[in-house]
Amino acid sequence: MLQVISLLLENKPGALMRVTGLLSARGYNIESLTVARTTDPTLSRMTIVVDVDSTLRKQVIKQMNRLINVLQAADLSEGPVVARELVLMRVRAAMESRGAILKEAEIFGARVIDSTLEGFALEATGEAEKLDEFIDVMRSYGEIEVTRSGTVAVSLEPRKLRLSSPVATGAGTKSQSTTGVLNG
Amino acid sequence: MSNLISGAKILLECLVREGVECIFGYPGGVTLPFYDALYDHPIRHVLVRHEENAAFAAEGYARSTGKVGVCCATSGPGATNLTTGLVDAMMDSIPIVALTGQVSSKLIGSDAFQEADTFGITRPCTKHNYLVKNLAELPQVIHEAFYLASSGRPGPVLVDIPKDVFQGHYQYQPVNSIHLPGYKIHLDGHAGQIRRAAQMMWEAKRPYIYGGGGVLASGATKELRELVETLDAPCVLTLMGLGSLPSSHPNFISMPGMHGSYASNMGMTECDLLIALGVRFDDRVTGRLAAFAPHAKVIHVDIDPAEIGKNRAADLPIVGDVKRVLTKLNKNLQELAPAMQAANSGSRKEWWSQVRTWQTEHPLQVETSADEIKPQHLISEIDRISGGNAVVSVDVGQHQMWSAQFIRFNEPRLWLSSSGLGSMGFGLPAAIGAAFARPDKTVIAIMGDGGFQMSVPELGTIASHGLPVKMIIMNNGYLGMVRQWQELFYNNRLSSVTLDSFPDAEKLAGAYGFKGRTIEKPQELRAALEECFAEPGPYLLNVKVTPFENVFPMVPAGAAINEMVLSQPKPVAV
Repeated sequence: MLQVISLLLENKPGALMRVTGLLSARGYNIESLTVARTTDPTLSRMTIVVDVDSTLRKQVIKQMNRLINVLQAADLSEGPVVARELVLMRVRAAMESRGAILKEAEIFGARVIDSTLEGFALEATGEAEKLDEFIDVMRSYGEIEVTRSGTVAVSLEPRKLRLSSPVATGAGTKSQSTTGVLNG
Repeated sequence: MSNLISGAKILLECLVREGVECIFGYPGGVTLPFYDALYDHPIRHVLVRHEENAAFAAEGYARSTGKVGVCCATSGPGATNLTTGLVDAMMDSIPIVALTGQVSSKLIGSDAFQEADTFGITRPCTKHNYLVKNLAELPQVIHEAFYLASSGRPGPVLVDIPKDVFQGHYQYQPVNSIHLPGYKIHLDGHAGQIRRAAQMMWEAKRPYIYGGGGVLASGATKELRELVETLDAPCVLTLMGLGSLPSSHPNFISMPGMHGSYASNMGMTECDLLIALGVRFDDRVTGRLAAFAPHAKVIHVDIDPAEIGKNRAADLPIVGDVKRVLTKLNKNLQELAPAMQAANSGSRKEWWSQVRTWQTEHPLQVETSADEIKPQHLISEIDRISGGNAVVSVDVGQHQMWSAQFIRFNEPRLWLSSSGLGSMGFGLPAAIGAAFARPDKTVIAIMGDGGFQMSVPELGTIASHGLPVKMIIMNNGYLGMVRQWQELFYNNRLSSVTLDSFPDAEKLAGAYGFKGRTIEKPQELRAALEECFAEPGPYLLNVKVTPFENVFPMVPAGAAINEMVLSQPKPVAV
C-alpha cells in the first residue's frame, strides 16, 4: 500500500533536492512526485507517493519538517484525503474499434482531447488504481503511449500551519557598532 | 557613491556584526577578492595546511567556546576538502559556518577550472546551505547562516559565494532582521509533560540520568547538576557529554556504551527510569537496541523532534532546550519534594548501594608495567597533570576511548572529540582551533600514531603561530582500534594495520623549529610529560606504548551493553 506525504515548502533552488535527498539517502524509491506553486508564488506544494513502513515514514517526515525550506510536511496516509492523478494517453486505434474506445473512455470519465486517423489522445483523472485499470483497458485496443502526472492530494482536515517570526540579526554578539571598519 | 562597497567587504562587515574574530582557511583563485579584503582587516585569518583541517579547527574553536567557528576554502578541491569536517560537525551538532568561493556565476555549470557543485555536494553535509547568486542577498544569507548554525540544534552551515559576487559592488545596508518561516525551534518544553516527568522521577526506584552533547550545547551544566543532586540519581555522560557534570562529582559514574565502564552499562540495564537529556541513543551507546535498558521507562528531552523515538521509543517525550526544560523541571521537583522525597528513600539507598557495588567490582583500571608504558598509564599521567583543567583534544581510536575513560574534566567544553563521525585526523587541527579560542587554557592534543600522521602538515600551522599545543602521541605502531577488532573478531589476521615507520619525533619537531622527544620507558614518563608541559611553546612527545593493549570493557558488535568483555581473554600458553 503506497502512502502520500504532502509538503508545503519555500519555492527556492535546492528545496526539492533537500526533500528527495532524505528519501534517496535511505535508498527509498519515490513512486511519484509532483510539485507546483501555490496561490502564494513564493511557496510550492509537493506531493510525494512512497512505499515506506510507518515507523520510518514518521521519522522521515520529522526530518522533512526539520528542513529550513519546509514549512510543513504531513503524512496523508491516514485520515481523510482526496488524491487524484492525471493521465494523458495516445491510443492507436483501428477504424473498427474507435467506437468501443470512446465508450470505454466515457466509462472512465476520460475526455478526448485530440482525434486523428491514427487514433485518439485521451485525458483522464482519478485515483491511481482507477487509472491503472483505464490504461490496461486501453492497451487491449492497440498500441498506447502514456504520461502520468503523479498523484496530487489534499487533506480534508484543516491543518494548522505554524510559522516562525522574524528574528534580529547578530543576536549572539554585542559588537553592533562596527560600521567604521568599512569606511576606513 | 561612497556607500558602494565590494561583496568581499560586505561579507567581512557581516562577519564582524556576527562577532567573528578568527577564520580558519586556505585561499585560492576564486576567493582572491575576499583575501584581498582580509589583508588589512581586523578579523584574524589562520592559514591551515589543508582545508579539511580548517573545518576541524573551526570545530575546535566552536567546541571549546560554544561560539560559531568559521572556516573558508576556495572552490572545487578547497570546498570538497571541507566536507569531512562539515559532516563531522553535523554528526556532533557543532555550530560552524563554512564560506566557500565558487566560480563566477556566469561560468557555473560549464566545468570551469576548479568548479565543483559545492551546493549539491554539501547539501547532506550541512544543516542548511546556500549558493549566493546576487550580491544583494549576501548580507541576509550570512546572518541567516550564523543564526541557523548557532540556534536550535546547532550544526554546520555552508555559504557558497561566486567570484563575481565578491567582486561586485553594492550599496550596503545592514540587515537587522531575518525571517525563516519554516525554521521551527522548540525551546520550551510542554509544561504538562515536564510536570509529569517530575512526578515520574520521584516515583522511580532506580532513576538514571543519561546526558549528552545537548546538555553542553544548551549550556545546562548548572541545571544538570541541580537535577542530579535534587534526585540524588547516578549520572552517566556520553562521549559528547563529558564535562557537563564535573568528573569529580560523586554522582558521576562514567561513560556508557561500547567502551563504557561496567557500572555505567549495568546501571543502564537495570534502571527503571532513564532520564535522557540531549542524547540520541547512538548505537555505540545502546549496543543491541532490543536489549537496551529493558526495565526502564524513558524520559527523552531533546530540542530536535526528529530525535524523539528515532532509536528508542520515549515513554515521556519532551521537545525543548535542555536548559529551559531542566530549569522548569528542577522547580517542579522541588515543589513535589516534600510530598514525595521520603517515599522512595529506601529503594534509592538500595539502588545506590547496587551502583557502588558495580563500581567497586569492576572499576576502570589503570594498568602499569615496569618494562613498558601501558597506554592507560600514559593517559592517567596526562590526567594527573591536567587535573581536570586542560582542554583535551583527541583523535579517533583506542587513545580516544582510554582518554574518555580516564581523563577528568572540572568544567564543560574542555573535551574535544570527533564522536559521531569518528574522523581520524581531527585531534591536532581541533587543538589548533582551541588554542586560538582559549589562550587561557593548556591545550593538549592526544593522538594515535595513525591519526597524527593524517595531521602532520598542521605542524606547520602550529610552528607559524608558536601555538603552545602539547602534542602527545600514543604510539603503539598499529592502527590500534582496527587491530583490536582484528585480534578479537578476525582471528588476529592483522591486515593493513601495521604502521612500521614513524618519523623521529625530535627531528620532526626540530625541523619545524620546536621541541620533540620520544620515550619508551615507564621510568621516563612523568619527567618527560613535565618537560612537555613546562615548555612555553609547542611540544611533540612521542610515547611508545605496549603495542598489543586492548580497550576494555568492550561490548562486541551486536551484543547488549551488559554483555561486556571486561578484560583481555587469557592467552592459551606463554
